[in-house]
Amino acid sequence: MNVEPLEDDRHHRFVLNMGPQHPSTHGVLRVLLELEGEYAMNLHPVLGYGHRCHEKIAEHKPAKSFMPNTARMDYLGALIYNHGYAQILEKATGVEAPQRAEYIRVITSELNRIQSHLLWYGAYLLDLGAFTPIMYAFDDREHILDILEDITGSRLTYCYYRVGGVSKDIDDKFISSTRAFIDRLRGRFPMYEQLVNGNIILQNRLNGVGDLTPQTCARYGITGPMLRGTGVAYDLRRAEPYSVYSEFDFEIPTETKGDCMASFLVRYREMEQSLRIIEQALDKLPEGPVMAAKVPKKLKIPAGDYNSSVEAPRGELSYYLVSDGTDTPYRLKVRTPSYSNLSVVPEMCQGMLLSDVVSAMGSLDLVIPEIDR
Amino acid sequence: METLYSIFPELIRIIVCAIGGAVIVFGNALVMGYAERKLAGHIMLRPGPMEVGFHGIIQLVVDGLKLMGKQLVVPAQADKPLFMLAPILAFAPVFVPLLVIPFSDKLQGFDLDIGLLVILAFASINVLAILIGGWGSNNKYSLFGAFRSVAQNVAYEIPMLISLLAIVFMTNTFSLREVAAAQSPVWFVVVQPLAFLIYIVAMVAETNRAPFDLPEAESELTAGFHTEYSGMSFSLFVLGEYANMFIVCSVATVFFLGGSSGIDLPYAEYTGVVWFLAKVYALMFFLIWIRWTYPRTRFDQLMNFCWKYLIPFSLVNLLITVVVVKLI
Repeated sequence: MNVEPLEDDRHHRFVLNMGPQHPSTHGVLRVLLELEGEYAMNLHPVLGYGHRCHEKIAEHKPAKSFMPNTARMDYLGALIYNHGYAQILEKATGVEAPQRAEYIRVITSELNRIQSHLLWYGAYLLDLGAFTPIMYAFDDREHILDILEDITGSRLTYCYYRVGGVSKDIDDKFISSTRAFIDRLRGRFPMYEQLVNGNIILQNRLNGVGDLTPQTCARYGITGPMLRGTGVAYDLRRAEPYSVYSEFDFEIPTETKGDCMASFLVRYREMEQSLRIIEQALDKLPEGPVMAAKVPKKLKIPAGDYNSSVEAPRGELSYYLVSDGTDTPYRLKVRTPSYSNLSVVPEMCQGMLLSDVVSAMGSLDLVIPEIDR
Repeated sequence: METLYSIFPELIRIIVCAIGGAVIVFGNALVMGYAERKLAGHIMLRPGPMEVGFHGIIQLVVDGLKLMGKQLVVPAQADKPLFMLAPILAFAPVFVPLLVIPFSDKLQGFDLDIGLLVILAFASINVLAILIGGWGSNNKYSLFGAFRSVAQNVAYEIPMLISLLAIVFMTNTFSLREVAAAQSPVWFVVVQPLAFLIYIVAMVAETNRAPFDLPEAESELTAGFHTEYSGMSFSLFVLGEYANMFIVCSVATVFFLGGSSGIDLPYAEYTGVVWFLAKVYALMFFLIWIRWTYPRTRFDQLMNFCWKYLIPFSLVNLLITVVVVKLI
């Protein structure tokens, strides 16, 4: 291992190896904890167990055929990763996706975001010791997976967007089942709020744990719900509207305290805002083709540097592409939100109780393949 | 010859009690294991065990056989004698409290004058077993679980005992049978609601059940003190845990819910056991219900709750009870 050994000579401290197989790291993340009693005095995340060299693979195949790999980086926000990648290639080659395709992208991306948040909701409460909510969250999430499976063909690692549009038009069944899902989830929110969010044990576990400030977030490059939990209403859908997001009316939920409860509530409220976006997009959905008319088979990317960012469920996702004029990128850099968000853990969790380390790390909503891509 | 003849009835009684205790311990584990999994399933929108027998009714028997057939793995670095001793120590003491519990007027092993003390003394041995198991496993998670368990159980025994003491002052006896008999007009839950509430909270913490299941908090400590245990040594811990649940719920029934009293059935001095078990399992259902509903508390909050609320309130309750008893 390349890991520096932690100072273990002080007799009253010992090192606890949390992961790579541990119930609350949700994947192959390993955290070395230097503990004094139950207090974590030092934390050291160890990465690399799930590294699959996606960025290197991108340099070895035509840009268009890298699309499935983007889904494997973040299996929960696969469509949004598709979206960012399709967007950067469209930007580079000048292909324009038709309006209907952009609407479909927004609808499916937001469904994907709700799906990701629902899984986080259940898994986070599982970390806190509540077993039951994950079953209810999965019950709701299952509907999204069914809806998306009907239209994209897969349930988790979608490859639905193409350069210049989407692979398949949506049908009436998709629209009606999406509307039914919106009503269903809105009907479930009061139950979640009464049974879970208002629970006194949950509030005591989350309030005042893992405090962040906007300055800390800026230093570590933290984005997404954690940043919005500190009171900064920074959401790329509003800050730099991409696709057709500028046409919808939605709020950016923020909280001011910056603790675990704040990011918990931000994520929870984002689901409602995503429902609003989907509803408006379904109402405004224009007619027309879903693929641009002329997309060359061999997509030559003009030489140069390109950048494109989208708002992933966990924060800002950026692709940075350097092209030498062929159809294969010279270099593709992916800036994933979880990686930056994880980097704050040693500072945020220092001096915390072991139980609080679990709840603070859960509030990052880590998806490990996104960190080790 | 004469002496043997005179102790013969006692001998029979001991044998019957031992068999009865074993039946209760294993039968209760089967019923509770099945009920827990089935109820957890239905609370979680899933059916629970369905395959083995009608609605999975013999699932627990099959699971028990499977656990018996498994290899006993002892970690290489573990302290082997302690590691093997801990499950036995967790399981063996649960038989003794069952002897003094009055299941009905005539169904009681031995009516000891110090019945309550026997129960509390033997229930406390469980902590020692967990500590030995956690230490002997030579696993950091186990050690954490064991330490948490000791701190928690020792702390929560105090309000538990004090809330029961209020009843003891009222009835002037430690004998469970006399406490149960003293509740003929009204149950003590009506007279002592605060003591009942405190007892219920302490009972949940004492049996290491959610939301106070910190010793085996699986999201933090993987499985807590029994991380390294498998097969029969693991199932002895589970059997002991369910038996302890049965015992604390029985004590609650005897002290607060009128013991075996209820609507009179034929042969009431024996059939009172129906009411007794109904009350015990109602309490057990409550334990299962909250386990699958609430998240887990944090360790410092748990201890604060005990020292700052439960113990002062139980002391105040005891004081008021003593003064009122003295005046009347």
